[in-house]
Amino acid sequence: MFRGNIDRLVEPPLRLAGFVCAAILLLILLFLIKEAAPVLTGGGWRLFFADSGWYPMEGLFGILPMLVASLVVMLGAIMIAAPIGLGCAIFLQYYAPPVLAKAFRLLLSLLAGMPSVVLGLWGLTVLVPIIGSWQPPGTSLLAATIVLALMVIPTMALASASALSSVPGSLMNGAAALGLTLRARICYIAITSAGAGIRSAALLSMARAIGETMVVLMVAGNVVQYPSGLFEPVRVLTANIALEMAYATDLHRASLFASGLLLTLIVLALAWLAARSNESSKQYG
Amino acid sequence: MIFTLYKNRDRNKRISIRRLATLVLLLVFVPGISTATEHLSLTGSSTVAPLALEIAKRFEKLNPGIRIDVQTGGSSRGINDARRGLADIGMVSRALKQSETDLTAHTIATDGIGIILHSDNPVDQLSDDQIRAIYTGKIANWRELGGEDRGITVVNKAEGRSTLELFLHYFGLRNSQIKARVIIGDNQQGIKTVAGNPGAIGYVSIGTAEYEEQRGVSIKRPIVNGVEASIATVRSGDFPLSRPLNLVTKGELTDLAKRFILFAQSAQVDDLVEGQFFVSRQH
Repeated sequence: MFRGNIDRLVEPPLRLAGFVCAAILLLILLFLIKEAAPVLTGGGWRLFFADSGWYPMEGLFGILPMLVASLVVMLGAIMIAAPIGLGCAIFLQYYAPPVLAKAFRLLLSLLAGMPSVVLGLWGLTVLVPIIGSWQPPGTSLLAATIVLALMVIPTMALASASALSSVPGSLMNGAAALGLTLRARICYIAITSAGAGIRSAALLSMARAIGETMVVLMVAGNVVQYPSGLFEPVRVLTANIALEMAYATDLHRASLFASGLLLTLIVLALAWLAARSNESSKQYG
Repeated sequence: MIFTLYKNRDRNKRISIRRLATLVLLLVFVPGISTATEHLSLTGSSTVAPLALEIAKRFEKLNPGIRIDVQTGGSSRGINDARRGLADIGMVSRALKQSETDLTAHTIATDGIGIILHSDNPVDQLSDDQIRAIYTGKIANWRELGGEDRGITVVNKAEGRSTLELFLHYFGLRNSQIKARVIIGDNQQGIKTVAGNPGAIGYVSIGTAEYEEQRGVSIKRPIVNGVEASIATVRSGDFPLSRPLNLVTKGELTDLAKRFILFAQSAQVDDLVEGQFFVSRQH
């Protein structure tokens, strides 16, 4: 009876909390759609993909170069971060002595929570001049990719570690009993059976990378153009919104909101893929 | 055990209720206190805001009971907020456009836009045509201008900034003609970018450039079309790339707004204007 009372007491607030979370997402989407309406309804969104460049003062709203830049930077970052993050996770899970593992996990959590602007400052004052002394101006696709990769490594490592830790112990023990070395157990048993979880870790890291703003704004150079080389400056969608929103009016403002809507949809799609990947891993386990 | 845990939780709850009650009381009373004073809000240009803030502080000191709130967000925001009545006064770092005649501008100072180069760059004179050629990508190496064999990094401002508009207007360019290598937001980012790159060329407020240069930041201001870019040449009117810093208002002014604007235009704030490296009005 005691317990039943608690349940009854606790349920409505929990239900409310869940509802509020869902409602916030819905409200954000509605808000974005409402603010972007002038572009969406007038058929102006077609200009996003037809115009030759992004010059709002001249009525040109081509966002395709920035969309491509966003995706390229995101993919580049995950290509660097995924192997390193997975390596960290394997070390954490199978090789590190318990004390070290505990310290390492704490370090990763700290890194994951570090304000991204700090990393951006480091990128601007250390990384950019290094690249710049070799291939000026230094603010470039490469700088953005490296800084973003550093930023998502902890996310990737922690999420993959939790995927690896959910591999059933019986599988690993069985493999050990068959005489497989630790290396073989990791390569053929752990990684394959945690594959879906690792995939979802990578997808979540990608969602974090494409949504990141300040870091990229500080080191990417922000020139609107298709990424044509590692040392070329690019502007990503998030940086575009941050750079121009305070100064934008009318159609310019609406098209910034529309690009925000596009970004939200990309992140939602990545999150959905990650969730789906996780679900299939549960069926497997 | 469970029971004692529960008791503890109960006590915690009581404490948090007390905290909440204090918070509610604060929320009720604090706005009550502030509405007893007169309030004036300014929003707009990030160039004007630091100056407006200094003027506001002095105005508040001379007129107890008045609170002035200054927020940045760019000249476009200043126009918008003044128009929609979201702020009492908008701050705009340019002259008003044809489409903005519904507003009244009150000039409080003048600012010049200066070209800046890295201090190691041997080039120290540029003509308008050369600057135009650099920004449109026709000249891409300092060697062509008598400098070192080094690529030019063109630093441009993001769309919507009034410095960009003034720059484009003066040189008769469209933004799509400019071949930029770096695009920056505010003056500080521009100065950091140029100071960190020996091949860079950029443009920022003269006041900011002169101040940072005196502080030892490695930038310099080349002579443009034979005119030195400095506070002195902006004041004398010789320097062409300059702009008025305006407070803009819509319709009938409140008594407080009128007093503040007159104060901001008076000789009483000349030292503040010069402290921000702008050029004060002639009185």
